[in-house]
Amino acid sequence: MEPQTTDRARSRRERRRGEDRRDRNWYIDKAVQALVFIGGISGILFIIGIFVFITKEGYGFIAETLDIGEFLTSPRWRPTSDHNPTYGALALIAGTTSVTGLAMLVSVPFSLGAAIYIGEFAKGRTRETLKILVELLAAIPSVVWGFIGLSIMNPLIIKTFNVPIGLNVLNSGLILGLMAAPIMTTIAEDALKAVPDTYREAAEALGATKWQVIYRVVLPAGKNGLVAAVLLGVGRGFGETMAVLMASGHSINLPTSVFDSVRALTATIAAELGETAVGSDHYRALFTLGILLFVVTFVINLTADLVVRGIRKK
Amino acid sequence: MADRYQAPPGTPAIRTEKLNLWYGTFQALFDVDLEIKPGIITSLIGPSGCGKSTFLRSVNRIIERLGYVRTTGKIEVLGHDIFAPANELVQVRKEVGMVFQRPNPLPLSIRDNVLFGYRLHEADARTLSKSDRDEIVEKALREVLLWSSVKDRLDGPATGLSLEEQQKLCIARLLPVKPEVLLMDEPCSALDPEATEAVEELLWRLAGDYTILIVTHNMAQARRASNECIFMLLGKVIEHGLTEELFVTPQDQQTADYIEGKYG
Repeated sequence: MEPQTTDRARSRRERRRGEDRRDRNWYIDKAVQALVFIGGISGILFIIGIFVFITKEGYGFIAETLDIGEFLTSPRWRPTSDHNPTYGALALIAGTTSVTGLAMLVSVPFSLGAAIYIGEFAKGRTRETLKILVELLAAIPSVVWGFIGLSIMNPLIIKTFNVPIGLNVLNSGLILGLMAAPIMTTIAEDALKAVPDTYREAAEALGATKWQVIYRVVLPAGKNGLVAAVLLGVGRGFGETMAVLMASGHSINLPTSVFDSVRALTATIAAELGETAVGSDHYRALFTLGILLFVVTFVINLTADLVVRGIRKK
Repeated sequence: MADRYQAPPGTPAIRTEKLNLWYGTFQALFDVDLEIKPGIITSLIGPSGCGKSTFLRSVNRIIERLGYVRTTGKIEVLGHDIFAPANELVQVRKEVGMVFQRPNPLPLSIRDNVLFGYRLHEADARTLSKSDRDEIVEKALREVLLWSSVKDRLDGPATGLSLEEQQKLCIARLLPVKPEVLLMDEPCSALDPEATEAVEELLWRLAGDYTILIVTHNMAQARRASNECIFMLLGKVIEHGLTEELFVTPQDQQTADYIEGKYG
């Protein structure tokens, strides 16, 4: 048993020195730790990187050329005008806001209803099937939604409401509402699932009906998660590009009815950025729109996150 | 809403006839025939899995939440068949209040917890003046000896109370709708000895006004805190008698062995 004795003697020596044994597992362990660490902090690096990049591209323009007052209050977005380019984003902001607003009107009741049904009423296989279907719905590419808006909703709206054009706030709002619904449903259902079952049992034992249990106990208890679900849906709406580009009509307009065509912030960047000279005023103006979008969605998501954390603290 | 249960004097508070219950294919109760007298405390004892909690949970039909439960036989509360089609589930739950093993106050204020049941059942709850509501809350909390310690924080969250206070609150919130029967599923198992003593004291105060059926794992508690005692084993009722007699002179060998601690 000579080799074992030396082995043991060596490991004892190493332990005395306070060192690890550097065998294969030691290296694997360290390598995996490093890899996971990089994965973990990459999120932070990316967000800082993106922020620095869009700020760098847009900042000089904001500081030198741009009139912030005009940017936020003028509806005239004419960056390509030869003699007098104007950079008023109000119409674009109004476009994004109106489309997102309508989308929320459509999707909030739908999503909350779906979440309540899946979380509180559906059982067994129905429930599992519904959950999978809702998640599948979230995986439909946005260009497909845009396609539906363009080729199905457009003629439908023209025919039903007898309006000249079907690519408008109504069309893109409905499409966007359908797109935002799955993620809102999933998060809202998680929020309901997080409500302890003992609450439901207690209320039922006191004689509450199913609806009373939901209305008086489950919804108030899951309030924070539900608010977060809605906020994330709003964030999704603000950031959506392709479907809105295809279904909104893409014309600069302060909408006065749901049948007006509008143009969204995101769609403007997507449509124009490829045709500008890098570093030109137009190019940098588009980055300014990007900063605006970034800040708005960042604030919305951060709020949603803080609201969710609010639940856990309680 | 149906009228309150009326029963001639001498009617048992709870009466079961050939009560069988299955969880899926597993039979948990076998031909349970019991008559539980009104106005006293009856304890249910027996080793884990003997069906005592199952029996308790069938009396207010909360067991049906599970979805895979099947029952045959009869359960009457004050002479009213609780499975009768004319008898609404809501009415059963109003007559039969329940206290759970873990205190489970709702995530509302103390005041709203006490008023929760009242708001569900009483038609006048919406029009009630604030002073009437306060009176209901105070009366219920006084009955469970909680008033003096919580009267200054009625609008505070019920979940902020100590476990003992939470459990008393869970009893208090049953009282405003004036139930006939209180079911208690090991109400003290999450409490320390002092809190347990306080809750047992409360049980004795409430007995007389209410019929109390208490499941306990703790034989000493059954002995201290009940008038009558039921011993169950493997889903069957083995013995039912006065607590002092059942513990001193058990009629059945299985009861005797359990009480001596030979198994369980």
